[in-house]
Amino acid sequence: MKSGRIIEVNGPLVQARLPGIANGEQLRVGELGLTGEVIGLDGERALIQVYESTEMLRPGEEVVPLGHPLSAELGPGLLGGIFDGVQRPLRAIMESAGEHIPRGLALPALDRKKHWDFIPEASLRAGQEIRGGMVLGRVQETEAVEHRILVPPGIKGELMELAGAGRYTLEQTIARVRTPLKGIQGLSLLQRWPVRQPRPYARRDDGIAPLLTGQRILDTFFPLLKGGKGAIPGPFGAGKTMLQQQIARWTNADIVIYVGCGERGNELVDILESFPELTDPYSGRSLMERTLLVANTSNMPVVAREASIYLGVTLAEYYRDQGHDVVMLADSTSRWAEALREVAGRLGQMPVEEGYPAYLASRLAAFYERAGRVDTLGGDSGSVTLIGAVSPPGGDFSEPVTNHTKDIIQTFWALSKSLADARHYPSVSWTESFSDAVEAAARWWSREISPAWQARRAQALDLLARAEELSRIINLVGVEALSPAQRWSVEAASLVREALLQQSALDEVDSYCSPQKQFALLDLAMSLYQRGGELIDNQVPVSALLQLPALARLRRAKNSYGNEQLDALARLKEDMQDQLDKLARDYREGRS
Amino acid sequence: MKEKEYRYAAAARTGLLFLKGVPGVAFGDRVSIRDRHGRKRNGQVILSSEELVMVQVLEGTDDLNLDDTWVRFLDQPFELALSPDLLGRVFNGIGEPRDERPPIISRLRRNVNGEPVNPVARAYPREFIQTGISAIDGLNSLVRGQKLPIFSGSGLPHNRLVAQIVRQSRLLGEESRFVVVFAAMGLSYADARFFREDFENNGVLGNVAMFINLADDPPIERLILPRTALTAAEYLAFDLDLHVLVVLTDMTYYAEALREVATAKGDVPTRKGYPGYLYSDMAEIYERAGRVHKRHGSITMVPVVSMPSDDITHPIPDLTGYITEGQIVLSRELNNQNLYPPVNIPPSLSRLMKDGIGKDDTREDHPRVASQLYAAYARALEVRNLASIIGRDELPDLDRRYLDFADQFEQRFLAQGPDEDRSVIQTLNIAWELLSLLPGEVLSRVSETDLARYHDWEGGK
Ligand SMILES: Nc1ncnc2c1ncn2[C@@H]1O[C@H](COP(=O)(O)OP(=O)(O)OP(=O)(O)O)[C@@H](O)[C@H]1O
Ligand SMILES: [Mg+2]
Repeated sequence: MKSGRIIEVNGPLVQARLPGIANGEQLRVGELGLTGEVIGLDGERALIQVYESTEMLRPGEEVVPLGHPLSAELGPGLLGGIFDGVQRPLRAIMESAGEHIPRGLALPALDRKKHWDFIPEASLRAGQEIRGGMVLGRVQETEAVEHRILVPPGIKGELMELAGAGRYTLEQTIARVRTPLKGIQGLSLLQRWPVRQPRPYARRDDGIAPLLTGQRILDTFFPLLKGGKGAIPGPFGAGKTMLQQQIARWTNADIVIYVGCGERGNELVDILESFPELTDPYSGRSLMERTLLVANTSNMPVVAREASIYLGVTLAEYYRDQGHDVVMLADSTSRWAEALREVAGRLGQMPVEEGYPAYLASRLAAFYERAGRVDTLGGDSGSVTLIGAVSPPGGDFSEPVTNHTKDIIQTFWALSKSLADARHYPSVSWTESFSDAVEAAARWWSREISPAWQARRAQALDLLARAEELSRIINLVGVEALSPAQRWSVEAASLVREALLQQSALDEVDSYCSPQKQFALLDLAMSLYQRGGELIDNQVPVSALLQLPALARLRRAKNSYGNEQLDALARLKEDMQDQLDKLARDYREGRS
Repeated sequence: MKEKEYRYAAAARTGLLFLKGVPGVAFGDRVSIRDRHGRKRNGQVILSSEELVMVQVLEGTDDLNLDDTWVRFLDQPFELALSPDLLGRVFNGIGEPRDERPPIISRLRRNVNGEPVNPVARAYPREFIQTGISAIDGLNSLVRGQKLPIFSGSGLPHNRLVAQIVRQSRLLGEESRFVVVFAAMGLSYADARFFREDFENNGVLGNVAMFINLADDPPIERLILPRTALTAAEYLAFDLDLHVLVVLTDMTYYAEALREVATAKGDVPTRKGYPGYLYSDMAEIYERAGRVHKRHGSITMVPVVSMPSDDITHPIPDLTGYITEGQIVLSRELNNQNLYPPVNIPPSLSRLMKDGIGKDDTREDHPRVASQLYAAYARALEVRNLASIIGRDELPDLDRRYLDFADQFEQRFLAQGPDEDRSVIQTLNIAWELLSLLPGEVLSRVSETDLARYHDWEGGK
């Protein structure tokens, strides 16, 4: 493809005369060699979005097509890394250019010099038929994660040669395959995939296991499945980032991909500084070994923000195809949508709602559609769970991005400003949130933890809803107007809020709560509520119940007892029962 | 190209000048314009095509005509000359002197737009700054390298609060004070004088670099002013290793100028007519605060944002809140009660507080005390609301204690003099005096050890 010349520069949008070019093709733009992508064609004119600042770029400068769409580099060395929205390696950039990101610096995403220990798949023999998705061999990418080297999707043919165990760089040939269409092809540890195109799989399955996060309000009340799609909308400062970071820390997934899309630089530094020191509760290894960061912060060029989401999900699919459970967290999908809007505006496309183009909803849906639990081409099973933060202007959930997202996802964790203002964290609202995954999650909880889970959960939500109603009455006429049973509901709900729902990320003991402990606390609170209600029916005053020492202990149980102290919680339950029984006896006797 | 002067503009309106048939002009180029009276104006190229060049004129296009306007493209971006002599001086939005002294001469010049900091190069801010103000130090602590705006409104004492922060801020156990970069956009003459006198009276004028655009100065200049000021701040912090406090006032006037230009350009409007890129544009400014690995200096930023009609959901405070690391919100209601500083506690937040307080930084109990005060005050405000409906006497005993707590919290913790410089330990001690008005059972955010140590409950004195 021949190069062309710039005709117009309008911020991140450049036009060039490039007859015959295809939409989606990558380009080097101008003397500085900025990276760009064709996003529209108008006769001989190509409309190009540029991922870097176009300052001092001028009409007349050259534009060189690169012959391929925006693609991700896939191979060992991704984990623990931090890349920008078009997968430039930010650590290597700092080493070569210092603390600022210069323009036009093209460095490969993955280190070409590093050697990896490759172990070929023992069952493979020369002459055997291989096809896309099959495992060629393994590399221990980090202590925690085994990286399976796959035949790239689309390749099918006769295996001519497979390298023996040994140390290879990313570009060395480890296998040769004779394909009917393209002749003999060499395969290496490195492959590429166009980010805007979903990677293929054999079959899609329903989710069966919850994605555990160690956060009670999520796992117990509004579960999300592995392979599911969830959203966290909330006004500024409500706790979206903290909640996503908590999930990144404590989730039972194999791989975590965190995409900082148009948010703060310091939040990524927070992860970079803290994750290497933290241990994955499941593998016992440093968290950074299973984590990968994509960072396009708010001060970095807008257009690369749009790409960062697709890069993230492509990396997620790549690990899924190796049979891993992957979670991708995107903070924030609103900034991605805004990047879309920005480019649409400059293209002169008709805005439909709040300046967003008509295709906002379909783009959002297509992105979330890349979540799922699948049978891989290689016959394994893996999943991609997508969790997107949404930042609605003015905290107004009726705005387009929140609204469309709500229609697409299965689990909706709505953050509330009033809870955050009272420093009730996570500020997930129990009235506005929902989960379509409760039935599926219940099967898991019932099997693994307790058959009573679903009933207990429903009781607790019921109690919270009732207390909400009652508080409206209190606000009109005062608490004295309530019956003792109603007052007990109000008190018990406030206990549930404090002892269960509220969970500080900063508390060393309570930051992560195991499913066993989650259920133990839920069960404690609900049995107290039930038994207490019976006592009240037998004329025991609410004030007497509130003075039970066990109640005060329950209030603090979440941070008094660690995940391994389930026996202490069992004892607390016994003590509580004893105290309640005694109270019941005292009042029976006192009366008679 | 630099030498060539073009005449005959094709159009001039609402701050934009259009030229035809000038090929090869760089996007973002600095432009020098001579009007028919021989007066100079400054401009910047905001669109460049083979057919048409669009120039944004910082001084506006009033009084320009098409035939007698001479335009030169300087083939360079806006740059600021940098030297230690910036301190003690007053400049306009593009760094030209406003104080009748000679311009800064230096070979070191930098593009005012800067380059984005690589997130990997940032160092996480975690050093507690004592401002001496309880509402900040106790509940919304500021740390070195943080961007913490003040959300205010017309007639509220944000200037007094900013001046107090500038005067009193210091690191515990360190002598060195901050140098100040003061960036004023659309400031009234009286407010500008207030700051100048305050700096002068405190003998710090020599440590302040001022970039001033007053209310009657051209609005478009406000778009470049914070960038110029931050270029100076970055130089002071990262070349000269100084700790810099940047005051940006008022970002609302900045955003209004941005809207004016966007409308003139025909950009698609979003909420309240602001362009969709307002978020990214403001982020380019706010994200220049921070710390960088291997550099000793830092940029701490305190922008002032006035909320139009006191509406925190207005796009300017809203998008600011989405970018900055918290916000200090001022309350008209408290101000009407003559309470200073009238900080509206519930919506105020410091996101970086968690890493700057506690055992080695302030005091071990600080994080829990802050959380407890928040929770108790939130509850107390609910009770106050209820009391206004059903009357104080109808309330249960505990609720009456909460009412008392709310009053005392405002009178003793929040309220303080504009020159009163409290140590953080004093602040925490006041906090415990207030928490001692409530029984220990309801204080579940503090630990039992804290209660044993600091809670002075006598069962309702
Ligand atoms: N789970 C939590 N535990 C303890 N503190 C929390 C929690 N969630 C939020 N916070 C507090 O709230 C602050 C704001 O949270 P966060 O930065 O996650 O908000 P956000 O919703 O991402 O805001 P923005 O949209 O502006 O990015 C945090 O800095 C922290 O102080
Ligand atoms: Mg956030």
